Amino acid sequence: MHSEYIIVGSSHAALEAATAIRLVDADGTLTLLTRDAHLPYSPTILPYVVSGQSQPDNVVLRDHAYFRDNAIAFMPGTDVVAVDPAQSSLHLASGETWQYDRLLIATGAAPALPLLRGLADVPFHVLRSMDDAIDLRQAIGKAQSAIVLGAGLIGMHAAENMAKAKIAVTVVELQPHALSGYFEPTASAIIERTFLRNGIRMLMGQPLRSVERQGDGCLATLADGTTIAADLLLVCTGVRPNIGFLHGSGIEVDAGILVDDWMRTNLPSIWAAGDVAQARGFWGGNVVNGILPNAVEQGRIAGFGMADDAGVVPFPGAVPLNTYSFFGQQAISVGRGCTRGGFEIAESGVDADGVYRRIVLKDGRLVGIATINDFVDAGIMWQLILRRTDLSSVKAEFIANPQLTGRQLMSQKWR
Amino acid sequence: MGQCFNTLQFHANRCDGCGDCMTACAQAKANSDDQAYSRIRIFPKAAGDGVELALCRQCADPICVMNCPSGALSKNSDTGVIDWAESKCVNCLLCTAGCVYAGIVYEAAVGHVTKCDLCNGNPACVKACSREAIEYLTAARIFNAYADQEDMFCRGLAACHGCNSELLIRHTMRMVGPDAVVAAPPGCIPGMGTVGYNGQTGAKVPIFHSLLTNTATMLAGVKMQYNRVGRHVTAIALAGDGGTSDAGFQSVSGAAERNDPILFICVDNEGYMNTGMQSSGVTPYGSWTSTTPVGGQMQGKRTEAKNLPLIMTMHNCSYVATASTAFLEDYYAKLEKAIEVAKTGMAYLHVYAPCPTGWRFPSAMTTQVCRMQVRTNFIALWEYDPGNGLQFTHPIDRPEPVAEYLKLIGKYRHLSEEQVSHIQHTVDEKIAFLQQLTQIAAARRPAPFH
Repeated sequence: MHSEYIIVGSSHAALEAATAIRLVDADGTLTLLTRDAHLPYSPTILPYVVSGQSQPDNVVLRDHAYFRDNAIAFMPGTDVVAVDPAQSSLHLASGETWQYDRLLIATGAAPALPLLRGLADVPFHVLRSMDDAIDLRQAIGKAQSAIVLGAGLIGMHAAENMAKAKIAVTVVELQPHALSGYFEPTASAIIERTFLRNGIRMLMGQPLRSVERQGDGCLATLADGTTIAADLLLVCTGVRPNIGFLHGSGIEVDAGILVDDWMRTNLPSIWAAGDVAQARGFWGGNVVNGILPNAVEQGRIAGFGMADDAGVVPFPGAVPLNTYSFFGQQAISVGRGCTRGGFEIAESGVDADGVYRRIVLKDGRLVGIATINDFVDAGIMWQLILRRTDLSSVKAEFIANPQLTGRQLMSQKWR
Repeated sequence: MGQCFNTLQFHANRCDGCGDCMTACAQAKANSDDQAYSRIRIFPKAAGDGVELALCRQCADPICVMNCPSGALSKNSDTGVIDWAESKCVNCLLCTAGCVYAGIVYEAAVGHVTKCDLCNGNPACVKACSREAIEYLTAARIFNAYADQEDMFCRGLAACHGCNSELLIRHTMRMVGPDAVVAAPPGCIPGMGTVGYNGQTGAKVPIFHSLLTNTATMLAGVKMQYNRVGRHVTAIALAGDGGTSDAGFQSVSGAAERNDPILFICVDNEGYMNTGMQSSGVTPYGSWTSTTPVGGQMQGKRTEAKNLPLIMTMHNCSYVATASTAFLEDYYAKLEKAIEVAKTGMAYLHVYAPCPTGWRFPSAMTTQVCRMQVRTNFIALWEYDPGNGLQFTHPIDRPEPVAEYLKLIGKYRHLSEEQVSHIQHTVDEKIAFLQQLTQIAAARRPAPFH
């Protein structure tokens, strides 16, 4: 089999790359090979599938009609097991071989399991694929209690949704506070308090010593000897890029696939984008920035580059970014909103309504902003960071009202 | 051909920040007078006077849609609106990370993101604005209807850079279609190659190069012959103002008096621009032309232009209208009527055609000059038929000073203050006169049936 463009993967980076290719090249044969058996969906939606708020068939990002209308061959259930760049070929688990002219690897990430004594012998859940979500949803129906290991975004979303399903939930986190990648302790405390108020037990800064099977469920033992029994164990201790199948291919990897600012790997005709890629960090280094808007942006860059679009704009560098809703409240973090030393920090603290705002500046420029129950336009904040906009002349106004000042600044910028 | 969509246009210079649009939006979308519910947000500029706008641009390449993990946002291929499906939205706010216009925003009072949906094509904000600062542009309809129609002229017509006559005739003949015969007397339109050269023709429909003096009568005769052999065609003249108002006038007047079934379009560039910028009967007062020079004795044309379209209403035409290529929707509506009318009687369209070469303004400014002609009331857009009389089709409530128009154009550069105020006075009088005509027409029309 041969296709001019082959994309491995079917989520945001893969889909935006396909869209970009079709904007430039209407005719080149384009194939999406994906291990997943479902129509494309976003990993971000999975906690809502678990809770039942979203139905699996209602969160489809592209349907068969889309692929037909855009002449894209969508091949679900297709597991790529090896890449042979010398032959420009891909080997599938089925034994089939595909030839490509240009290849995008957008295989995303898989749950990273912790080194935890007893984990191999205990039934547990993860939440990264639609099948994971459907399994977990079924398990919740039978469970009375659950342990969520890891207080990152997926773990927190899942914990909230399980609590809403009347399950007694305990969240266990090694770090001293929840969502430590996006929020500093004051902000995390607001979130944690909300979880506590909603009946969720929050064990922060608590290393687990071991887990063991107990009936159909598990018994977890903390480092201090405390034990917690639960019907269900959900492991959400981060993800790692799906790069195992690249072993021996010559494609350079570190934590993820190393790419330049055009999402090109070290080998010609091979691109990588999204959660599997390790690209330039905005403040230096090479980082895997596993967030949805990052996958969208990288997918577009890769797609335009693959189709030889002259206007392709290089990647400006990864900026951490998240918007997080919990129990009807909103937390937003753009950039390094949780950074400490060496920066100018304007922190409003927490008022009686649970409103929190923290602005981090360096040399008069925005480095990060984190808010809770205080809406700011994340897209504008992101641009102010990326454009290194000088805020010196409006610093006081920006700190007092980042939303209005941000809009005023951007109104001038986009002209 | 791609699809074009209607859109909102904001004129910050006309906005006084009153907030009526926001109140209207809140009422329309949340049944509340609280502007916090508005999806259009006007806010003061950071420095100095003026306002800025936060509003969904209904992007063609919408990052908010790409960032949506639930499929709740989508670009509607019929309306162009970025649709939001409440049933699918999970309130993750990732869409807001994709927008630099603050066009999709979390609204605490309703507990989810909100964005402009153009009110199903009838935006409340536009109706609420008393200063026309927000316009709903609907010209997309024209593109969608006609962009795929065959262009009745070949490529490579040799019009001057920035010429809107070429734009005009291509638009016109797209709508008229292939069942047509065209008369083109001497002027820019034949000069750019429509009637052909070296044995080739520039048009895909029968076209003939009439004399300056006989266009209307010759065309009426040709039309009569087509009728006689049973072929229904639109007989259309594409003439300049010289070929209409001066040398050609006796034949135009005769055809109008007989109400001959032709569509006569006068493309008015205020003189003989094709032969060296000589003055014509419709060249406005004060204009520099090669026959009304600027020197020790003369400061441009000393006499007023005659009001040719108004003269045509005093003949027996079935339909008379003025038009501008900066207001194509207005033109298309009039052209549609004129084509219909020309099956049985005479339709006369007077289209203003500012000429970058002859008037001396940059070729990129043609449409802006056209626009300013209308906004200053230097020309008025109206239509007339014997039954309904004269009616404005694009009345200007707050005309800009005519000096704002004159200063764009080289042929007026020499004007003294006295001359400018004289022109302003003439413009005011002309509009007042037209207003009287519209009032007479309104008084004559039967009252609407209740």
